[in-house]
Amino acid sequence: MSARDEILARIGKAVAGAEDVEIPRHYRTTQQADDLVGLFAERVDDYRAIVHVLPAAEVPAKIDELVAGRRMIRPDGDGWDDLNTADGVVTTCAVAIAETGTIVLDHGPGQGTRAQTLVPDYHVCVVRADQIVSCVPEAVARLAPARPLTWISGPSATSDIELNRVEGVHGPRTLEVIIST
Amino acid sequence: MSSTFLGMPGDFPKNAEKAVQNSQLRYNLRKATHTIRGKRASVVGELPDWQELRAAGKAIKDHTLRNLDRYLVQLEESVTRAGGTVHWARDAAEANRIVAGLVKATGETEVVKVKSMATQEIELNQALAAEGITAYETDLAELIVQLGDDFPSHILVPAIHRNRSEIREIFLDKMPKVPDNLTDDPPALAEAARLHLRERFLKSKVAISGANFMVAETGTLVVLESEGNGRMCLTLPRTLISVVGIEKLLPTWRDLEVFLQLLPRSSTGERMNPYTSMWTGAVEGQEFHLVLLDNGRTDVLADEVGRQALRCIRCSACLNVCPVYERAGGHAYGSVYPGPIGAILTPQLRGMGSELDASLPYASSLCGACYEACPVAIDIPEVLVDLRAKAPHSAAERAGMKVAGWILNDHERLARAQRAATKLRKLVPKRLPGPLSAWTDTRDVPEIPEESFRDWWERNERA
Repeated sequence: MSARDEILARIGKAVAGAEDVEIPRHYRTTQQADDLVGLFAERVDDYRAIVHVLPAAEVPAKIDELVAGRRMIRPDGDGWDDLNTADGVVTTCAVAIAETGTIVLDHGPGQGTRAQTLVPDYHVCVVRADQIVSCVPEAVARLAPARPLTWISGPSATSDIELNRVEGVHGPRTLEVIIST
Repeated sequence: MSSTFLGMPGDFPKNAEKAVQNSQLRYNLRKATHTIRGKRASVVGELPDWQELRAAGKAIKDHTLRNLDRYLVQLEESVTRAGGTVHWARDAAEANRIVAGLVKATGETEVVKVKSMATQEIELNQALAAEGITAYETDLAELIVQLGDDFPSHILVPAIHRNRSEIREIFLDKMPKVPDNLTDDPPALAEAARLHLRERFLKSKVAISGANFMVAETGTLVVLESEGNGRMCLTLPRTLISVVGIEKLLPTWRDLEVFLQLLPRSSTGERMNPYTSMWTGAVEGQEFHLVLLDNGRTDVLADEVGRQALRCIRCSACLNVCPVYERAGGHAYGSVYPGPIGAILTPQLRGMGSELDASLPYASSLCGACYEACPVAIDIPEVLVDLRAKAPHSAAERAGMKVAGWILNDHERLARAQRAATKLRKLVPKRLPGPLSAWTDTRDVPEIPEESFRDWWERNERA
């Protein structure tokens, strides 16, 4: 008997006669918030990321200011292409979550490959206000599982030394989020 | 699951007795577990629907386990459709053989690893070494353990027993090219790890990971982490091999909405962990292999009381609140799964044949803090009591219990025994003789009253 068939047979025998279980979903699937932008900005800031809230028209100038003098990767545009010597990367995102201060990349247009937002030490992410949802269930519903997804909540960190959060291990040590309103 | 882990000869009480005499260890553990308790309590308190999420998490896992065969077949189809290859392993040896074969097929002799409980459980690194393949751990705590030639002592933070100055010493000793003026400031230690591993990440061709969740419906695998070492391993190498226990399954994509709230808040006490990677099959030109691991899990599934241990999402909240873990530390449990969850999982996965494994169900005061903290509501005390009944007991103990049962089963017999005891009360020594002294060494002999309550009641009722 193959390992597959044997494991499946063992499972069948182990659960034979057991009752099935109904799944109660009484948790919140959305959250009332008057100011999603404000809540998102506050929660991102809690992770010690840098947050800017700007009208859409002022975003390009802000990006120019932030990247001046740095060798930046610009997905889908002209920019530096050697990952390990690039200073940073500028991307958009797919969804953002206010309650947890999370940005989610699905690596579609403007978001680069997974490595491009990982190897450089500096990540600037532009979030449109209409991409911000209130909580995790809303984000899961908006995302497409077939795409590779990267959920980012603040800069790279570790809790491995005395269980305290310390920023800056392997991923970008500086995360700058521009919320375009 | 191998029973040679740590080569611990003793049982839990003997190991714990040694551990509690190490004041540095006790200080480190107390500091770390109390820090995390406070953080967890505050982020759990933020969610008004925590109990509803917990109930949903429990039910989703129970439903999955009830239909595990069906969902595993569905997962296999989804992963295969997305370009991945699925392998099945009955036990540790079979899983190790599959992984070693896959690595050899690439022609590489070095692999990078993302922290994974499943690969620790099957002792994959040792098995690969025997085949001439070197596995490099990349998680900071795993790196500390690997460099220090040490053993993990916590599910989430395997080096929890080490404080910052001990970590500095290990780095200075074992890390080539580490600056001599390295301080024990945590950011400096994190920076040292960053520099140490960067080259390795960029040149590695094969990575091995586990997964926190697998989604049957879509074939998606999910890894939660903090540092970015996980993303490095999952993204950069050409070949990715994931070894995952069969119980890590979730039926639908939607189910992630529950577990992506329960896990980060329970484990690191954050609203969300810094990085979560999700991938479905072969992505961005990678080759992807999934090894599904049984290794005793189907035996656990067959136990009506014990099977709830398979709901575990390895958050380690139960370790962090446990008064026994806080004092004894993780090594005393002699398993990659320490703490309350280890005390119920280890004896079920590897049986209670050894002295150590038979003693684990007693590594608890049954206070219930673990049950309360568990995000999928595993009733750990219930399973502990059930395992205690199943554990081997000595002939003398069984005989004693039989006599006690015979007496307590009949009120006439009990009354006679109590009267006999009150007559002999002056003769009972403070310290019991022979093997019974093991009891009185740490406890007082209960004082036998002059008159039993039954007799007192009888006399006063009559009067």
